[in-house]
Amino acid sequence: MSITVKFFARLREQVGHAELTLDSAGDVQSAWDQATQNMDMPDNTLCAINMEYVDASTRVQDGDEVAFFPPVTGGSHAR
Amino acid sequence: MPDKSHCKILNEPFDPWKETQLYQQDQLEQGKYGATASFVGTMRDFNQGDNVTSMTLEHYPGMTESYLDKICEEARQRWNLLDCLIIHRVGEIQPNDPIVLTVVWSAHRKEAFEACRYLMEELKSRAPFWKKEGLDEGHRWVDKNTPG
Repeated sequence: MSITVKFFARLREQVGHAELTLDSAGDVQSAWDQATQNMDMPDNTLCAINMEYVDASTRVQDGDEVAFFPPVTGGSHAR
Repeated sequence: MPDKSHCKILNEPFDPWKETQLYQQDQLEQGKYGATASFVGTMRDFNQGDNVTSMTLEHYPGMTESYLDKICEEARQRWNLLDCLIIHRVGEIQPNDPIVLTVVWSAHRKEAFEACRYLMEELKSRAPFWKKEGLDEGHRWVDKNTPG
């Protein structure tokens, strides 16, 4: 099993890839750190696990799809 | 209201008025609805003082559909609606192309107006779409939502 990490829009361009696979990750923040080689996460970054919004402190399980993206449609986010 | 999807993501241009008419003919029971409220968002050729020549709409396949369905479901729980429909474009979009259509059918106008607004505002703040504008010189990601 493994963890899939996806990046969208401006973040995809900044990070330099759309998708990669990790062997494991503790939480969402650590998935970001591994996938971006410790880039700073922009303040307004949104995170999702299995297509549901989560916080960066949420635990990641084996087999999860973790996604990072900027505010949607250019708008402010209200979950 | 039957349990079905009321949302479509399209890669090709669409005619919001034809889509509304077709959906209404196929899915609505004639004589039951007294109010139909719709909103169409169309691509402008200007933004923040610049000419915009094209736009690319990116989305998160799977999550987008899931959130559009969720937003429709919330509207159905909040108001007494007969049906609702959301159609959203993705991919390369040209000025004057319709980008989004939201339609609500109900017995009375209050629910239709309120729910149609709700669909649009929730979509703008929660559904994972991102706009990249093509300008006279270069491209830029759109960071700011226009006020409602």
